[in-house]
Amino acid sequence: MTVADALLVALGVVAVGSGALVVTSKHLVRAGLYLVISLGAIAGLYLVLGAELVAWVQVLVYVGAVVVLLLFAVMLTRAPIGASDDLDRPAWPALLVGGGVGLGLAALLADAFRWAIYPLPEAGTAGRMGEQIFGTWVLPFEVISILLLSALVGAIVLSRPDIKGRGE
Amino acid sequence: MHAVLPYVIAALLFGLGVYGVLRRRNAILVLMAVELMLNAVNLVFVTADVTAPAGTPHAGAVFALFIIVLAAAEVGVGLAIVLQYYRLRRAVAIDEVALDEVPQ
Repeated sequence: MTVADALLVALGVVAVGSGALVVTSKHLVRAGLYLVISLGAIAGLYLVLGAELVAWVQVLVYVGAVVVLLLFAVMLTRAPIGASDDLDRPAWPALLVGGGVGLGLAALLADAFRWAIYPLPEAGTAGRMGEQIFGTWVLPFEVISILLLSALVGAIVLSRPDIKGRGE
Repeated sequence: MHAVLPYVIAALLFGLGVYGVLRRRNAILVLMAVELMLNAVNLVFVTADVTAPAGTPHAGAVFALFIIVLAAAEVGVGLAIVLQYYRLRRAVAIDEVALDEVPQ
């Protein structure tokens, strides 16, 4: 066990533990705040694995924007502040499928990689990522920017009641 | 570094996300569980960057960035739909959605 291993285990316990609280919590707002902890721990995992830019984008976009958006939605749908009992459906099918998928994938990956040791890469700089994005992957980058634009336009059209469809 | 650690963490997070999607009734909580699944996939991509043999393109981090952008688009449209549904029906419980009914 090296320092990196110890960090991976610690951050992984935090990520999985607060992830479990996200899907079991009775409080809507608390589920969102546990999601912040889980995503933050995953950003720490990215840092340990040498993907610095991804880690900071994760903090900016996920922790900063997506969770705030989710909490806004909680507020706009007038969710109750306290604990609510009607958040869940019966547990057994979900437990069966979710547990099966999680433990099955974990067993598969553990069997594939055993206890093999890989050298940690040097921390990836933004420069190298920029070369990759605007060199090899420039076409997916452009496609994804168009997709983001159209998704945002779609979200605006959906949420404005004064824009009607053609048939109405 | 033992590569199996982040892979197992990612698998467990994905399982938690699947559990949350199937278990929750509230549409916003379902979206939160979807975020967990997307993050598990991102973690697999970033770890694959470390374990990929030399000579193969190490583009896991680039794809992780793409998925983060996709997740932002997904949550934007998803929440717009949820809020529109709430405006029509005053509810966000997804197992009460009547798919065969035309809203007035």
